[in-house]
Amino acid sequence: MKPAPFAYHRPATIDEAVRLLAELAPQDGRVLAGGQSLVPMMAFRLAHPLYLIDINRVAGLDALGVRDGKLCIGARVRHATFHRPAGDGPLGAMLTAIVRHIAHYPIRLRGTFCGSLAHADPAAEWCAAAVTLDAELMAISTKGERVIAARDFFRGAMETALAPDELLYEARLPILPHDTRFGFAEFSRRAGDYALAMALAAFRLEGGLITAPRIGLGGVEAFPRCIAAAEAVLEGQAPDAELFRAAAAAAAAAIEPLEDGQADAQYRRELAQAMVYRALTSTSPPANERA
Amino acid sequence: MSERTDVTLNVNGRFYPLRLEPRRTLLDAIRDECGLTGTHMGCEHGVCGACTVLVDGAPIRACLMFAVQAEGAMIRTVEGLANGDRLHPLQRALIAHHGVQCGFCTPGFLMLAAGILEREPEIGDDELLEALSSNLCRCTGYQGIVAAVRAAIAEWRAGSS
Amino acid sequence: MSADPNTSAGPVLGRSLPRLEDPPLVRGRGRFVGDISFPHQLHMRVVRSPYAHARLRAIDVAAALGAPGVVAVWTAADIADLPAIDFRDPAAEALRPYRQPLLAEERLRYVGEPAAAVFATDPYLAEDAADLVAIEADELPPVLDAAAPPGRFAEGLSTSQGLSTSQGLSTEAVEMHGGYGEVEAAFASAHAIVALDLEIGRHSGVPLEPRGALAYWDASRDVLELYGAAKVPHRNRDALARMFGRAAAAVVLKEGNTGGGFGVRGELYPEDFLVCLAALRLERPVKWIEDRRENLMAANHSRQQRHLVRVAVDAEGHVLALDDELYLDQGAYVRTHGARVLEMTIGMLPGPYHIPAYRAVGHFRLTNKTPAATYRAPGRYEGSFVRERLLDAVADRLGLDRIEVRRRNLIAKREMPFSRPLSALGTEIVYDSGDYALLLDKALAQIGWDALQTELKRRRAAGELVGAGLGIFVDKGGLGPADGARVTVDTTGAVELVTGGSNVGQGFATAMAQICADALGVDYRRVRVVYGQTDRIQYGIGAHASRASVMTGGATHAATLKLREKALDMAASLLQAAPGELNIEDGVVVHRGRPGGPSIALGEIARHLAPDSPVLGDRDPGLCAEGWFRTSHMTYPYGVQIAVVRVDGDTGQAAVERYLCAYDIGRAINPMLVEGQLVGGIVQGLGGALYEEFRYDERGEPLSVTFADYLMPTLREVPPIEILLTEDAPSPLNPLGIKSAGEGGITPVGAVIAAAIDDALTLPGAITRLPATPQRIKALLRAAAQRARPVAAEG
Repeated sequence: MKPAPFAYHRPATIDEAVRLLAELAPQDGRVLAGGQSLVPMMAFRLAHPLYLIDINRVAGLDALGVRDGKLCIGARVRHATFHRPAGDGPLGAMLTAIVRHIAHYPIRLRGTFCGSLAHADPAAEWCAAAVTLDAELMAISTKGERVIAARDFFRGAMETALAPDELLYEARLPILPHDTRFGFAEFSRRAGDYALAMALAAFRLEGGLITAPRIGLGGVEAFPRCIAAAEAVLEGQAPDAELFRAAAAAAAAAIEPLEDGQADAQYRRELAQAMVYRALTSTSPPANERA
Repeated sequence: MSERTDVTLNVNGRFYPLRLEPRRTLLDAIRDECGLTGTHMGCEHGVCGACTVLVDGAPIRACLMFAVQAEGAMIRTVEGLANGDRLHPLQRALIAHHGVQCGFCTPGFLMLAAGILEREPEIGDDELLEALSSNLCRCTGYQGIVAAVRAAIAEWRAGSS
Repeated sequence: MSADPNTSAGPVLGRSLPRLEDPPLVRGRGRFVGDISFPHQLHMRVVRSPYAHARLRAIDVAAALGAPGVVAVWTAADIADLPAIDFRDPAAEALRPYRQPLLAEERLRYVGEPAAAVFATDPYLAEDAADLVAIEADELPPVLDAAAPPGRFAEGLSTSQGLSTSQGLSTEAVEMHGGYGEVEAAFASAHAIVALDLEIGRHSGVPLEPRGALAYWDASRDVLELYGAAKVPHRNRDALARMFGRAAAAVVLKEGNTGGGFGVRGELYPEDFLVCLAALRLERPVKWIEDRRENLMAANHSRQQRHLVRVAVDAEGHVLALDDELYLDQGAYVRTHGARVLEMTIGMLPGPYHIPAYRAVGHFRLTNKTPAATYRAPGRYEGSFVRERLLDAVADRLGLDRIEVRRRNLIAKREMPFSRPLSALGTEIVYDSGDYALLLDKALAQIGWDALQTELKRRRAAGELVGAGLGIFVDKGGLGPADGARVTVDTTGAVELVTGGSNVGQGFATAMAQICADALGVDYRRVRVVYGQTDRIQYGIGAHASRASVMTGGATHAATLKLREKALDMAASLLQAAPGELNIEDGVVVHRGRPGGPSIALGEIARHLAPDSPVLGDRDPGLCAEGWFRTSHMTYPYGVQIAVVRVDGDTGQAAVERYLCAYDIGRAINPMLVEGQLVGGIVQGLGGALYEEFRYDERGEPLSVTFADYLMPTLREVPPIEILLTEDAPSPLNPLGIKSAGEGGITPVGAVIAAAIDDALTLPGAITRLPATPQRIKALLRAAAQRARPVAAEG
């Protein structure tokens, strides 16, 4: 389990990184960020890139901050950064709630938010979050920059809209209104394992009725997505257990579950339903409305 | 294509000038090039944690990082934990609470726990258990390891208050 | 479970003293095989079969031979002069055709089978070259179900046993029979018959350190050294010497630190022979360190069995007869143990109960999976699952309390020693001592069984799926026939205890030092324990089947008493006292009745026993002694385990809330070490009960070849474990009364967890298959809901 040979490049700037990528991507060159998924694949020789472009010393990519109403997460921002809330609002609290489910502590210290999106594992928590929150994903190459909406980014299991010569240099999550309620639930066999199903739920209340509901499912299909059928059940209704059950059932009916040794389609559908229900029932009033 | 490159690693405060292929993992470099065999190779895909070392204070899997990436970083391994003959409180606690059987996972658990304690001295018990679940042990059933880390934290806090 | 902080005061035996092994291990100073290197060593990389079953046409090694750093590439043709790997003990002739060759010859029989070996100057280069080896083969349909009708293992007729069919050698290598009594008559007259179809999944020890071997041929002395030995170094030395036609003294096995054994490490595998052969033929040291993917597809698997079992009972729930037909999935070859796991399953299945008539038919079947062998408590984890599932089923069928059914069938204390016309490990089964009912009472009291039932009932009424399970078991250990040890005190007073034991992480050195220190009268930290070095002692029993404490401990005790006698004899002469008036305290011989009187240190006595000592007289020189311990029967520790399990009805996930292990050890040398063994075993048992499983797809492709797929418990999956250690039934078979601790923890865990899940689901007998994964439990809940639904609809 030793990686196959590769040539190593360590650019210092984004310009340098994208120039290298333009040159080397056609010759099987890949970006190395946290390496917590890519390096194991290289150890098993399931991946054997001829060139690695290590972005861990690219200036500016470690930035995390709010710009234009969006939380901007640079490509070097590690999962563990979210162990503490990024800001006071519900978005920071939500990311902190989610990050505890990602693999294990040492992996979170090294793996990156953007790297997780670019890797696009069907069971990646950040992928589900990005889709549910309508993230904007910023790609750059020598040809220029473009914005890819998260819902258009994921194309299949470990397939994205990113071109081989593009670097995902930043993810932008819209800051959530202060009265957003959210809940996250996932099921995995052991602590830190890949989820067999996960759900992220978010909504606001206006006059006691649900508005702008979002139900994102991950680990269930080839890539995460929002389940419009479940959102439709919730829209304009008063939240209660019965409604949440109906929304969970609608979500379960709307999916085409992955099948593997851990979960056949029926079981995964049941898990998805349970996770949607749990995510919804665990939504709690925002901090400033409590007590 | 896979040329060797010059890399100097700083491990436990000592500098090791090495010449190696970029594909060599930090784990293999520490063990085979620096000769520090206390860091163990258990799975080489980042799950078992036997290779946990501190890189700039962060407990990470040495099998999931290439040695070239660690240039300029402060690396700490189990060999650097004791202060001369004086064992680190975690080392003493593992002995006292029977947290060691075959001892293969021990260095990884020590560096994981040391990293957690240094980074998050006020960590709550539930978060501690969650963080310690990062590493696998096949002999002890974890009871002695958990007891030892809790005892070392208590000692640490008593000493620093 | 913490160590006694006051290490110097008081008696040594029976105390939880800190381990002698720990200080180097916590400092990263252990020497595991991967930590050892020789100048100019080569690294071996094994090219493994990608096919579960295929006819091998050719292996093209040309490209690999030309790769950088490569010194040699071997296929079967290069080592055609070497036979298949032999059995450790004489085994049935019928098994011989099923032994594994060092490298695959005409057929590839499992994914992971060694097909070629690459030797290169660097492990990275070796792996690069291995990727260039091309295997050409024609895929054949794999055999994946050991309970299906047997197929053909090989063309041609076997020589004996009538096991071959006209089409060739059968995949059923052996059909083994065990039992006694009038089974048919008992079933004919039974009040009730309960039949179950039970399966135990394929899992294994999976030590955290993968296997490794480093061979070095010292041409100047013509000695072949093998580092990375474990478990049975002396037996393996003999096997290697036989294979290579060398004198036993020209092969030296050296055990360093070992990262967990569990029955898997220390068996001789193809890789061990290959590194030795390469060191001899290539004349360079050769190192092989297994990677984890290899470990999960090439080191021994274990456990996979299916039992079609029935029990006949009377109206009171007394067992009248047990009839079992079982299928053992041996995998692709028969390895060093032969059919031992099958024998042990049959021999130990009846456990602590009266079984007046018993019949077991075991089918030992080859499949196209990784070969199987022993894993901690082989045969007993499986057999206990079957037996305790049956007892629960009997209670359910007769409407009796499951504790009461067990009580009615337990063997009583007054019946000890209790013999059964069965065998395990080739010896007749005679339970040496035990008070099973007493331990059951103690366990129930410890957990507060009645209050627990009330509490669980209340929680279930509130909608929780929570329940308790219980299992009773007899384990075994301390099999002989004999082991020796040698103790020496040098002129500094330091003690060296040379054993033929093996330290696989269990604290062997500490336990032996405690026995020696206690018998001699020295600080246990003064005792340096040697183990696993075949050039230091001629014989050694090793560490397997929980025999180290009893056998090597017994030998240590005997040797130390002889040394003590010699020391006191010499001291008596030097101090002009009678030996009986003297005692040894902290390494110094003193007068029993005269504190502050004349005394002499053991080191001083050793000096007076030097070959040139003027006072030696006609004594043999040296303060040293050798001792032996012999026994013809095993010791039988026993236990009761209870678990409380909660099931998440939405996901099917079972979580263990509470776990109690009551265990009678006979006598504990170091209770802390015993508890460590029990807890560690229980957690491995939980793995096999709930998480761990080597899965295969329909083509025989293994699906559990990473640690993300083979799920061993992390500490989050493990509840706090309570241990109730008792010493009510010391073994009469050895002077210290010791039984054994290595395997008792894991033995009943599958049974206990299954019972607790049944109780949680209020679906008696629901769990028939391990591991009880969430998917399987959810399916049970779904089926139960579907059964209930029509009734509800009509009502």
